[in-house]
Amino acid sequence: MTVVTTDVAAPDTRKAGRFVYISAVALLCAWVLVPIYFLLINTLSSPETVNSFPKPFIPEFDLGSLQFFAGFAGMLTALKNSVLVAGMTMIMSILIGAPAGYALSRFDFRGKELFRLLILLTRAFPLPLLALPLAVMFIQTGLDDTVFGLALVHTTLAIPFSVLITFSLFSGIPIELEEAAWTLGCTRLTAFTKVVLPLILPGITASAIFAFVISWNEVFAAAVLTIENRTLTAFLLQNLDTSPLHLKFAGGFILVVPALIFIFAVRKYLFAMWGIANR
Amino acid sequence: MAEIQIKNVAKKFGEYQALHDIKLTISDQEFMVLLGASGCGKTTLLRIICGLETATTGEVWIGGRRVDHLPPKDRGIAMVFQNYAVFPHLTVFENIGFGLRMQKLPNEEVTRRVERVAELMHIEMLLKRYSGELSGGQRQRVAVARALAMEPDVILMDEPLSNLDALLRMEMRAELKGVLAESKTTAVYVTHDQVEAMSMADRISVMHKGKIVQAASPIEVYRNPAAEFVAGFIGNPPMNFLQATSTGNGHWTVAGQSFDGPNSDKTLKFAIRPEDMTPSDTGLTATAKVIEPLGAHLLVTCDVDGAMFRAVLDSDTVVKPGDRLTLAPQTDRVRWFDPETTLAVA
Repeated sequence: MTVVTTDVAAPDTRKAGRFVYISAVALLCAWVLVPIYFLLINTLSSPETVNSFPKPFIPEFDLGSLQFFAGFAGMLTALKNSVLVAGMTMIMSILIGAPAGYALSRFDFRGKELFRLLILLTRAFPLPLLALPLAVMFIQTGLDDTVFGLALVHTTLAIPFSVLITFSLFSGIPIELEEAAWTLGCTRLTAFTKVVLPLILPGITASAIFAFVISWNEVFAAAVLTIENRTLTAFLLQNLDTSPLHLKFAGGFILVVPALIFIFAVRKYLFAMWGIANR
Repeated sequence: MAEIQIKNVAKKFGEYQALHDIKLTISDQEFMVLLGASGCGKTTLLRIICGLETATTGEVWIGGRRVDHLPPKDRGIAMVFQNYAVFPHLTVFENIGFGLRMQKLPNEEVTRRVERVAELMHIEMLLKRYSGELSGGQRQRVAVARALAMEPDVILMDEPLSNLDALLRMEMRAELKGVLAESKTTAVYVTHDQVEAMSMADRISVMHKGKIVQAASPIEVYRNPAAEFVAGFIGNPPMNFLQATSTGNGHWTVAGQSFDGPNSDKTLKFAIRPEDMTPSDTGLTATAKVIEPLGAHLLVTCDVDGAMFRAVLDSDTVVKPGDRLTLAPQTDRVRWFDPETTLAVA
């Protein structure tokens, strides 16, 4: 009797389960992909189509919106500033983050656990809370409204990630490789440059790109701390209510694309950061 | 010429005393095995000789030169690691030549030496491969070749065969012994495998709880263990121990039988190896408990005077659990230990 009921019930339950599973996956994908797809359509359509209704579901491959975007006063400067700030953030966060990650993975020192916690805590304070004192300090030191000043703030935001990513990268390299290098005639430094560095270079690149993306996407600090030298995000935010729809779409698209490409390129290293096996 | 002298070396990790006052001299071209259970300090001692660890107190001398303040690269040593530590981003050729390149030797010299040791270790066909494309045994060969290419005064090995399967380990054991004897380097080899130690060593240092209990030739360690620990650690199965009571003038009673032994009025332990006994009309009375036929011989675990006792008998012996056996120990193989000091008594 029971055998019969389970035999009947099991495929039903499994079917229902699979249905729920597939719909959940589809829903989540749509959640992410549909807005990006609309962004793509509207960016690659002429300004007239963007402002009309109903909208097409297939892009026209018209570069009108993008041309308008490129021609908009100050937009290219903002784009250049974004690239500059993100580039500097990338370099600084690696120069500071990678040695910290190495130290965390190789040395035992007093307060190591506290240090790890503090690194994460830098993300615990909301940026708006810090923005005002920062702005005052920056004005006092003359760092306000400079690309470098903003890059400093973005570096602070990116460092927890670069430390944690490089920490997991260094931890993945057996200490015996370094020790073997020492016995084969290397100093600590040459062992690092000849053995460790080549092995972690891809991961370091990933961590750098991640820092780039963090800076590229950041809008609050950029909006508060710059006036003349705005980054693209801050510039778009500033002109949000006055600019035409196709400009917003084009700007959004330009912002999303590099971040998407980069994150996709380095996804397996980001998983490594949380200790999930590389797949 | 590279004699290693370890003078009063001690090592503390925080409160934990890993090594106690180690004194050891390893002569030039000797094959010295540091043998002991895990946690006995053998790897720590090797790493101190290597320079990857610093001794808390004491001195290390290699070839008449004090080296304990020098980094590993200036000690004239090469090391083979347990997990091989073959660099994954370099080819086998560049791995073997890594140390030579660091010495800035000319290209032809590097090639000549790499090819020579590759041939010696039978890996000349692997030179263009990366470590990811090698099996465990091949990686092991690369690691040894890399150490040999340095032409060091001393080669240090930390359980180099422990990650290989049993058959390969036996093969590599013999090969390694041959290659090292030919290279005329002093070798220090750490292992917990007594068969490896017995078969390869010129001399074995048996370590226990951070001390060297005995440093002697393999056969000496086997036949005349200096302490109860050595007797119970070396040999498979290890030595048997029985309580002995003195009846005066060097006569002893063991499980109701009389034996001649050392002249002492203390209570001693009587010890005999399982293979040094034969069934006979007179001797120790044993009750067989477990019979394990091992092919070449028969391992009989029995009860003598309430203590567990093992005997290795000829495989033709007819015995079943519960049987009474009379085992005659070979008198010249009997050893005596003082339970207080745990040391051997002559």
